[in-house]
Amino acid sequence: MFRLKNMRKTTKNNLITFGIVIGFYVVIQILSAMGLLTSSLSGQLVPICAYVILAISLNLTVGILGELSLGHAGFMSVGAFSGTIIWTVLYGQVPNWLGLVLSFVVGGVVAGLFGFIVGVPVLRLSGDYLAIVTLAFGEIVKNVMNACYLGYDSTGLHISFKDAASMNMDPSGTTLINGAMGITGIKKASTFTIGIVLVILTLLVILNLINSRAGRAIESIRDNEIAARSVGINITKYKLMAFITSAVFAGIAGVLYSLNYSSLVAKKFDYNTSILILVFVVLGGIGNIRGSVIAAALLTVLPELLRAVNDYRMLIYAIVLIVVMIFSQSPQVVAWRKRVMDGFRSRFNPSKAKEVQ
Amino acid sequence: MKKLISAALASAMVLSLAACGATGDSNGSSAAASTGDAAATAEASNADGSTPIKLGGIGPTTGSAASYGIAVMQGEQLAVDEINAAAGKTVFELKFEDDEHDAEKSMNAYNTLKDWGMQVLLGTVTSTPSLSVAGEAVNDNMFMLTPSASAVDVVETGDNVFQMCFTDPNQGIVSADYIAEKGLGTKIGVIYDSSDAYSMGIYNAFAEEAAAKGLEVVTAEAFTSDNKSDLSTQVAKCQDAGADLVFLPIYYNEASQILIAADKVGYKPTFFGCDGMDGILTIEGFDTSLAEGLMLLCPFSATATDETTQKFVSAYEAAYNETPIQFAADAYDCVYAIYQCVQNGSINGDMSFSDMCEALKTEFTTMTFNGTTGEGQTWAADGTVNKPPRVYVVHDGAYQTAE
Repeated sequence: MFRLKNMRKTTKNNLITFGIVIGFYVVIQILSAMGLLTSSLSGQLVPICAYVILAISLNLTVGILGELSLGHAGFMSVGAFSGTIIWTVLYGQVPNWLGLVLSFVVGGVVAGLFGFIVGVPVLRLSGDYLAIVTLAFGEIVKNVMNACYLGYDSTGLHISFKDAASMNMDPSGTTLINGAMGITGIKKASTFTIGIVLVILTLLVILNLINSRAGRAIESIRDNEIAARSVGINITKYKLMAFITSAVFAGIAGVLYSLNYSSLVAKKFDYNTSILILVFVVLGGIGNIRGSVIAAALLTVLPELLRAVNDYRMLIYAIVLIVVMIFSQSPQVVAWRKRVMDGFRSRFNPSKAKEVQ
Repeated sequence: MKKLISAALASAMVLSLAACGATGDSNGSSAAASTGDAAATAEASNADGSTPIKLGGIGPTTGSAASYGIAVMQGEQLAVDEINAAAGKTVFELKFEDDEHDAEKSMNAYNTLKDWGMQVLLGTVTSTPSLSVAGEAVNDNMFMLTPSASAVDVVETGDNVFQMCFTDPNQGIVSADYIAEKGLGTKIGVIYDSSDAYSMGIYNAFAEEAAAKGLEVVTAEAFTSDNKSDLSTQVAKCQDAGADLVFLPIYYNEASQILIAADKVGYKPTFFGCDGMDGILTIEGFDTSLAEGLMLLCPFSATATDETTQKFVSAYEAAYNETPIQFAADAYDCVYAIYQCVQNGSINGDMSFSDMCEALKTEFTTMTFNGTTGEGQTWAADGTVNKPPRVYVVHDGAYQTAE
């Protein structure tokens, strides 16, 4: 207890975040062992993990770097497609764990590469302009993947952007991406355990980055770019660092997500998905990593809990979003919350209240 | 005062959420207690001791594809109500879940239905979500009969997945054969949606078969779901290429725009569509005279004169105050096909969904079914349906059988 008190505040905070994730895992495992876990909830565990990773990684761009990105689903998409292709091609040829690790690595690296390609020209922009360009990036990825036909036969890879026939493959060839049909017949591989391991990995990397020297440099760019430049911080380098890290984890989340289903289509990764992830970040609190984790998990489960009220589902979902937003962001409500909390504090702990006064 | 109201609203919200969560949990624990098999619950059985069979339906009842999901839901509900009323007991229970035409939501809906104790899945309505759900249904050995997911990959997922509708490639091939056989056009133009699996599936097979039959495809114009607000360019290109027949393997909303655009420039080829075209006469504000002469390959017509169709159409109109489209007819047939198996005595409500799946697999590959979408329907072992295709032509705002 003594050591906990002397611990640095950020370390303590981060430990609580890890504690929540591990606690969630343990609770689910216990429920599952007791047979209390519904199919409905167990089916959502992997998507929850994927959305949590996406929210954490987007929070790095939006909350820590302070740039609005509306193309996060684009990175998720390129990661998902590249990782899934690796998984499908390697399936049965290498041990499953190796194929899985490779597909996550490839998904992350490819998404990171796209992060770099997009980031170099785009990070010269900021604010609204950056938002528009990232939005366009997401749409470009969606449309290109939608029109993309990829297959391989004995003579090598074939690609076409017109239709399946113009790939000119041998009849014995295998189609990997079938245009708007995407990838079908994926062997499912994602499990809740893999998801939680990846969430913890993401938290480790991103929390350490935030609390490092580089992280402080990134935050200084957010707070005042001119001042940061004047003290000699390499703006482009640190912006790219945050942007690419964010893209890599979006790619990994994409692989985790796609390997949970037997088919993958580009249409899923559209503007709406980008916005959904942004909603997780904003509701959880911009720059607040633990908030993103909780918001992503709750808002993924919420629409399913509301199935009971059927037609009013989306209405209630929207109202909840608005209420939470007002409750956590509106200045008046924040002030009111503070008054109530102070009231509680003075009632239960008069000595401390006096100290504050 | 404002604060008070917002606080009250917020607490009401929390309470309602808690209530929802609680019901979800209790459903789940009861399903978990029976560990998935033999979902026979005492309170649901009939007076004569038989247990109702739980049918699950999945489809988009909200969102862009809602018209199809709602049609299927209503078709299934109508059939279930009719069967239960005729039998004088609860033969089927139906629960229909929304998937918003999204694979992830569809999986969630499937899992929710499993918690409820579903024994047969009559879905899903659209192809993309179907692919994901089919994968899971194969893992679980849950019998899946989709009314309208026509992508060929759906049935290829496993041997317990069956289709009530034609597959996309099948429609493309039959269309090309029909056009070649009847000599409907010498120069053929195609307008298709390259971002849509349904449209691409038909187009690819059509292009192949057309080449094999010696049809001349002079132009193939694509659009995507993002740029379909103006399709006059595609129409103009078909006109420039001199196409005298334009093949439209697309849904009726886009097709109606093409008809309007063609009418504006005075271009009058023969238009030929597939089952997605069904519904074009019901679009609000669309001048149906523009559709005069439009041909479509479709297994169902609300104006057909046979007894089964007439009975279905009048019951549907009485119940929902609208004319059924092909999706509703397919869904209606799905329930009756399962009912035929019940009457044959091969399945009953006390079976686990896995045993039921095995029984239905044998039954479906051997039986012959007569329904609103065709007489003498049979299923191949791969799950595809075999029924005679029908071609209709629009005349005076109604379908008529083409010569």
